[in-house]
Amino acid sequence: MNTILSKQRLSQEVFRMVIQAPEIAEARKPGQFIILQLGGDFNERIPLTIADADPVAGTITLIFQAVGETTHHLALLEEGDSIENLLGPLGKPTDIEKFGKVVCVGGGIGVAPLFPIVQGMKQMGNEVKVIMGARNESLLIMEEEMRATADEVIVVTDDGSYGRKALVTEPLKELCETWKPDCVVIIGPPIMMKFAALTTKPYGIHTIVSLNTIMIDGTGMCGGCRVSIGGKTKFVCVDGPEFDGHQVDWDNMLLRLGTYKPKEQEAHHRCHIGLDIKEGEA
Amino acid sequence: MHVSCEELDAQAKGLLKEFENVTLTPKLRSQIPMQEMPTQDPHVRVTNMQEVALGYSDSQVRLEALRCLQCKNQPCIAGCPVAIDIPGFIAAAAEGDYAKSVEIIKESSLLPSICGRVCPQESQCQKFCTVGKMHKDVDKSVSIGRIERFVADYAREHHCETVPSVAPDSGKKVAVVGSGPASISAAADLRREGHTVVMFEALHKAGGVLVYGIPEFRLPKKIVEHELDNLRAMGVEIRRNYLVGKTRKISDLMEKDGFDAVFVGSGAGLPKFLGIDGENYVGVFSANEYLTRSNLMKAYAVGESLTPLFDSRKVAVFGGGNVAMDAARTAKRLGADEVTIVYRRTEDEMPARKEEVGHAKEEGVQFLYLHAPLKITANEQGRVNGVELIRCELGESDASGRRSPVEIPGSEKLFDFDTVIVAIGNDSNPLIKATTDGIEVNRRGNFIVNEETCETTLAGVYAGGDIVLGAATVILAMGQGRKAAKAMNEYLLTK
Ligand SMILES: Cc1cc2nc3c(=O)[nH]c(=O)nc-3n(C[C@H](O)[C@H](O)[C@H](O)COP(=O)(O)OP(=O)(O)OC[C@H]3O[C@@H](n4cnc5c(N)ncnc54)[C@H](O)[C@@H]3O)c2cc1C
Ligand SMILES: Cc1cc2nc3c(=O)[nH]c(=O)nc-3n(C[C@H](O)[C@H](O)[C@H](O)COP(=O)(O)OP(=O)(O)OC[C@H]3O[C@@H](n4cnc5c(N)ncnc54)[C@H](O)[C@@H]3O)c2cc1C
Ligand code: SF4
Ligand code: SF4
Ligand code: FES
Repeated sequence: MNTILSKQRLSQEVFRMVIQAPEIAEARKPGQFIILQLGGDFNERIPLTIADADPVAGTITLIFQAVGETTHHLALLEEGDSIENLLGPLGKPTDIEKFGKVVCVGGGIGVAPLFPIVQGMKQMGNEVKVIMGARNESLLIMEEEMRATADEVIVVTDDGSYGRKALVTEPLKELCETWKPDCVVIIGPPIMMKFAALTTKPYGIHTIVSLNTIMIDGTGMCGGCRVSIGGKTKFVCVDGPEFDGHQVDWDNMLLRLGTYKPKEQEAHHRCHIGLDIKEGEA
Repeated sequence: MHVSCEELDAQAKGLLKEFENVTLTPKLRSQIPMQEMPTQDPHVRVTNMQEVALGYSDSQVRLEALRCLQCKNQPCIAGCPVAIDIPGFIAAAAEGDYAKSVEIIKESSLLPSICGRVCPQESQCQKFCTVGKMHKDVDKSVSIGRIERFVADYAREHHCETVPSVAPDSGKKVAVVGSGPASISAAADLRREGHTVVMFEALHKAGGVLVYGIPEFRLPKKIVEHELDNLRAMGVEIRRNYLVGKTRKISDLMEKDGFDAVFVGSGAGLPKFLGIDGENYVGVFSANEYLTRSNLMKAYAVGESLTPLFDSRKVAVFGGGNVAMDAARTAKRLGADEVTIVYRRTEDEMPARKEEVGHAKEEGVQFLYLHAPLKITANEQGRVNGVELIRCELGESDASGRRSPVEIPGSEKLFDFDTVIVAIGNDSNPLIKATTDGIEVNRRGNFIVNEETCETTLAGVYAGGDIVLGAATVILAMGQGRKAAKAMNEYLLTK
């Protein structure tokens, strides 16, 4: 069960794995995620979005960035290995409708979970423009797939090493003014989602974000993933992961994400051993 | 003063000699002193996760069993939710026939080494014990739970348990959702009748609250694992990482996968919060999260576990039940300097097991009674730095017969804390209800079932344990699992 059928390195620190998981593949819809645990007593449980699935072949695709200890261990697994514990599909599916004009904004690894939403939005007959951003060229992923699917793709990098030198908020603001989208979907680092959501707010555009809080069980049992949405506490794993970007208490969410920061950094240094990733790059 | 196990055993040995060779009148029996449970020294145990209560010695259990008067009217049995033949198993223990003793228990209870440890005996079987009545002190009742624990441990350790026999294949298939005590007992009783039984558990380890909630120092996980192994030995398939309702819905299990009936034991795993200001600050945890990190994810094994722990100096735990005690004692073991239970009423109203409260006190947990939290404060990084509490007094009795706390205006005060654990209870897990048409729940989200059969409002689907009772107890969950299995076995005959 949960055998890794293929593994690819998409960029310096991003990996794609296709995994045999027939039941999850059958039940999964865009926007949902899995939680995995690499076996034994001491491994942690981490959430990853299901980037794609093939119900006929019984496979799911995960795209992940090696950022800390567990994602590094995952990156060390090879084709033929299996992931001991894989639970899903979790969370509510994206609410994909005919909105009309849709902008999908992806930052860094967020481009991967954004892709099935772009596909879904196109299938529903929407006109879809994509803005994708990364720190630099080597971290850009899935540009080809996006170009093949969306009506227009705008690429930005922080350092200008590829595409336009800008943050995603710049072209987003322009589109809000000139193209006037009916819906904006944003997935990426929390700080980017915060500012992208702030960008669309003055225009009153329906804005969906996908939150990546810390999780343990993913079933609604622990409350560790809670966020404040419009003043009400919600559990991201069961009530989300997608919420109205204008209702999220971003500052509180960012603080909560930093709960274990000092400990994660310590662990992070250890995990570069064995993976060909340079310090500072992942 | 802490008395070592060697000392307790030596005292028991001496007394046993005295009492063994005389004809014991009820009066003499009642003069045998109640046997204390040997424990790890409090100073040592706060530095480890190992079990606190070490279990009786052979002499202690014999002596304690001799205290039972073998009452004709057996008042203790009425106090046990599953009506174990208490005088029967105690008589066998008094004779040293532990295998027989356990067999008597197993006619009614499947998990004696667990219930012997975690049952609130003082409000169940031991509450009605004649010996306790004679002494006008429930703490002097016959220690039924401790004897139960001893004989069950003995049988496990000496491999003299009998694995229940399984009838030939019935051709029927049953799904059991969850793997807590309700599901474990339902699965065993269903499998005995020859049905194919598949248990589905969401987490990566089976056992329910027994594994993720109740800490190792109170219930060693190897005991739960042993019970699950017994299920496997009977041929029950345990599938972990399977969230019924998400991975597959109940309707799919019944219509596509050929399950003839379903038992739902999904528990009360939805943590309640108070809804006060500051509850989402960094350093505020539900007890479920705190305990799951430590127990299920083994975060206490610092350096080995990848799941991090929050460093705490001064911890406030809101609540007064078993969950609050477990969280507080865990926080102590994880290195907090000060841990305080904040409870709105007084010690008399606290629902936790008495023994746990005693153990918590020995371990240095502090108790702040008649105080209720108003808000949580934090520093500029959003990290908890205090809790505002208000003093309360006891007012009128409420529906449960407990006196309700009434806040005293103007008595608000800010206390210094850097961690808050909210342990004010759990509601029913809403997932199955939300994904299954036809299941009806009451106002609090608990499944509505037929009291005799535990059948839900959806034909062929039964439920028991916390999902029906609200957060209750292990023994009640087990009892319901068995009741449901009995009705399901009858239902399956007609299918
Ligand atoms: C619903 C959801 C979907 C996600 N989908 C993807 C995805 O498709 N691809 C991908 O690369 N990442 C995804 N993430 C983020 C991914 O879960 C984290 O990168 C991963 O848990 C980090 O684990 P680690 O041990 O390698 O790093 P750590 O050293 O533990 O942490 C590194 C960073 O990850 C954050 N983090 C740590 N633990 C968690 C956790 N349990 N949940 C969320 N964040 C955490 C920390 O705050 C820190 O910033 C998703 C998160 C959520 C909540
Ligand atoms: C910290 C703590 C301490 C306690 N101390 C005591 C004590 O000392 N004495 C006592 O008698 N009682 C105690 N209790 C209460 C007791 O543990 C519960 O009443 C009992 O475990 C309930 O059993 P259950 O079988 O109904 O469910 P649970 O033990 O809650 O198990 C339910 C299981 O179902 C799984 N599940 C839920 N939904 C799904 C789904 N959709 N698909 C698959 N799996 C699912 C869950 O992951 C869980 O493993 C305590 C509880 C807690 C939390
Ligand atoms: S199961 Fe619980 S209530 Fe029943 S006899 Fe044992 S300890 Fe007492
Ligand atoms: S009530 Fe007490 S003394 Fe009487 S039979 Fe029960 S355990 Fe023994
Ligand atoms: S991860 Fe535990 S409730 Fe969401």
